[in-house]
Amino acid sequence: MADVSATAPDAPAEPAVGGAARRQAALDPARALAPSPTARFFRRARGHTSVTFGGGMLLAILLMAVFAPLLAPHDPYAQDLFNRLSPPFWMDGADPNHLLGTDKLGRDYLSRIIYGAQISLLIGVATAFLSGVIGSALGVTAGYFGGRVDTVITFIITTRLSMPIVLVALAIVALVGGSLEAVVLVLGFLLWDRYAVVMRSATQQARNMDYVSAARAIGCPTWRIVLSEIMPNVINNLIVIATFEVAHAILLEAALSFLGLGVQPPAPSWGLMIAEGKEFLLFDPWVIAIPGVALSILVLAVNMLGDGIRDISAPENRS
Amino acid sequence: MLNFAMRRILMSILVAITVSIIAFFLVRVSGDVAIALAGEEASAEDISEIREIYGLDRPIIIQYVDWLGKAVQGDFGESLFFPETVWELVATRLPTTLRLALAGLVISLLIGIPFGVIAALRPNSWIDRLSMTIAVAGQAIPTFWMALMLMVLFGLMLGWTPISGDESWQHFILPAVTLGYYSTPPIMRLTRSGMLEVLSADYIRTAYAKGLHPAPVLFKHALRNAVIPVVALASVQFGHMLSGAIVIESVFAMQGIGYLAWESILRKDIAVIQTILLVVCLFYVFLTVLSDLLNAWLDPRIRVS
Repeated sequence: MADVSATAPDAPAEPAVGGAARRQAALDPARALAPSPTARFFRRARGHTSVTFGGGMLLAILLMAVFAPLLAPHDPYAQDLFNRLSPPFWMDGADPNHLLGTDKLGRDYLSRIIYGAQISLLIGVATAFLSGVIGSALGVTAGYFGGRVDTVITFIITTRLSMPIVLVALAIVALVGGSLEAVVLVLGFLLWDRYAVVMRSATQQARNMDYVSAARAIGCPTWRIVLSEIMPNVINNLIVIATFEVAHAILLEAALSFLGLGVQPPAPSWGLMIAEGKEFLLFDPWVIAIPGVALSILVLAVNMLGDGIRDISAPENRS
Repeated sequence: MLNFAMRRILMSILVAITVSIIAFFLVRVSGDVAIALAGEEASAEDISEIREIYGLDRPIIIQYVDWLGKAVQGDFGESLFFPETVWELVATRLPTTLRLALAGLVISLLIGIPFGVIAALRPNSWIDRLSMTIAVAGQAIPTFWMALMLMVLFGLMLGWTPISGDESWQHFILPAVTLGYYSTPPIMRLTRSGMLEVLSADYIRTAYAKGLHPAPVLFKHALRNAVIPVVALASVQFGHMLSGAIVIESVFAMQGIGYLAWESILRKDIAVIQTILLVVCLFYVFLTVLSDLLNAWLDPRIRVS
C-alpha cells in the first residue's frame, strides 16, 4: 500500500481509499478514469468460481429462509402422531405429501429444514456482527494507540484464547437457560478474538501511512481519523473474517443445540434435529443425515464465499 | 531468548490467574449456586441454610480466595452426584481424554505432513487441489454429525468398530479419526507453505547441485526445516482437541473429562464444572506458552520483535 496517486489504472494492487487519499486520487486524471475499486471488485468476483458458487448457494439458502412461509408445504410445528418417521422420497413407502419424510412426532421434515435455515442464518449473522463490533473496537484501539493500551488489550486477547469456547459456552448457556438470544450473546462475546488480532495488526500498518499523518497534522480529531482514514483501509479484512465467523457460529450453534444447551425444542434448529434423531440411528439414519447435509451445505457455501473474497481482495494471494 | 522466555512465562502466569478468576466468577455470576444446590422446590429456609453451610453468604471475593487457596492444595470440593471428590473424579477421567487427544493428534500429523509435502512438491497439481478441496469441504461438516455418520457406517453397517465406550483401543478409532480430521487442514497447510519456502532456499539448490540423491535432500535438508513450525502448531492443536473432546466424548459416551463436563453442566454440578474449566484452561495456557517458546527458540526473528 504505497502512494495512491502512483497507482496505474490497471495495476493489480489497489489500496482501499481513505478520506484524504480519496481527495488526492480525485485530482489525478489517470485515476479518475479508471473503474472504481468497488467496480473492479465486483468484476473480479463474477469471474471467481468460489465466489459465484458459494455466493449462489448462500443466496439460495437465504431466499429459502426469507420466503420460508411461502415455500414450506406444512407447518413446521404441526404434529401428526399417526404418521411418524415416514421415510423421505428416495426410500420405499415414501409419502408424496412429505418429500423429506416426517420426524418422530410426525412433523414435516422438509418444512422444518426450510424454517431451520432461518435459525442458522440469524445466529450466524447476529453473532458475527456482535463479535465483529467487539473485536474490531478492541483491535483498532490496540493498533491505533499502541503502548500500554495495546499491552492491556493483547492480554485480554490472550486470556480469551486460553478459554475453550465450547466448554465456556455450554456452562453459561446451562446457567442462563438455552434460547436463541442466549446463544447469540454467549457466542458473540466469545468469538471476537480473530477480529481483534487481525484488526490490530492492520491498524498498526495503516496508522503509519502518510495520509494518517496528514490528517493528524491538519488537526483531525482522533475519532475522525479512525473512522474515515483507518477504517476504510482495514475494512476488507473485516469482511473476510466476518464470513468465516458466520460459518463458525453456525457450527457452534448446531453443536450447542445438539448437546441440548442451545436453541430449545420445538424450534427446528438443524443441530437440535440431529440430536432428536439420534435414537433412530440404527434403523432410520436418514433422520440425522438430512439436517447434517443441510448444515454442511450452508457452512460450505459461507466458507467458499469467504475464501473467494479473500482471494480477490488480496491480489498478492492470487495464483 | 531468556528475556523473551521470562516475559512470555510471566504473561502466561497472569493469564492463568485471570482465567482462574473467570472460571470461578462465570459460573457464580450466571446463576444462584444455593438454589442449584438445594433444588427447584426447596424452601427459603433450606436455601439460606445451604448458603450458610457452603459459605455462600460471604463476599464473593472472599469466596474466590478461599476456593483458590483450597484448589492450590488440591482440594476442589465435592461433587453433588458422585461419591468421589472432584479432584479424584477429574484425575480418573483425564487419562481417557488425553489418550483420545493424543491419538487424534497423531492421526492428523500422519495425514497432514505427508500430504502437505506432496502438495508442496507438486504445487497446483491435481493432488494439491484435491487435498485442499477435501480439507475445505471437510471443515464445513459439523464434528458431531461426522462422528454419528462414521458410527452408522463403520459401527452399525459394517460392524468394524465398537460404537460407544472406551474399554479397548478399538473404541478410540472412530473418535480419534473424527477429532484428528479437523486438525489435519491447518497442519497440511503449514507443512505445504513451509516446504514451498524451504524448497526454494539456496541450500536446497546447493544440495541438488552437488549431486545428492533427491530423497535425502527432501527428508534431511528440507522437511526437517519445514516441519519446525508444525511442531509448535501441533501443541496448540492438542489444546483444541481437549476442548473438542467435549462433543466427541458425548457422542461416543467415552468416560473422559469432556463427557464429565457435559454431564455436570446438565446437572449444574458447579464444583466439577469450575474444576474442569480451570484444568482445561491451564492446559491451554501451558500449551500456548510451549508453542511460543518452541517457535521463538527455533526462529530468532520472533524473539527480537
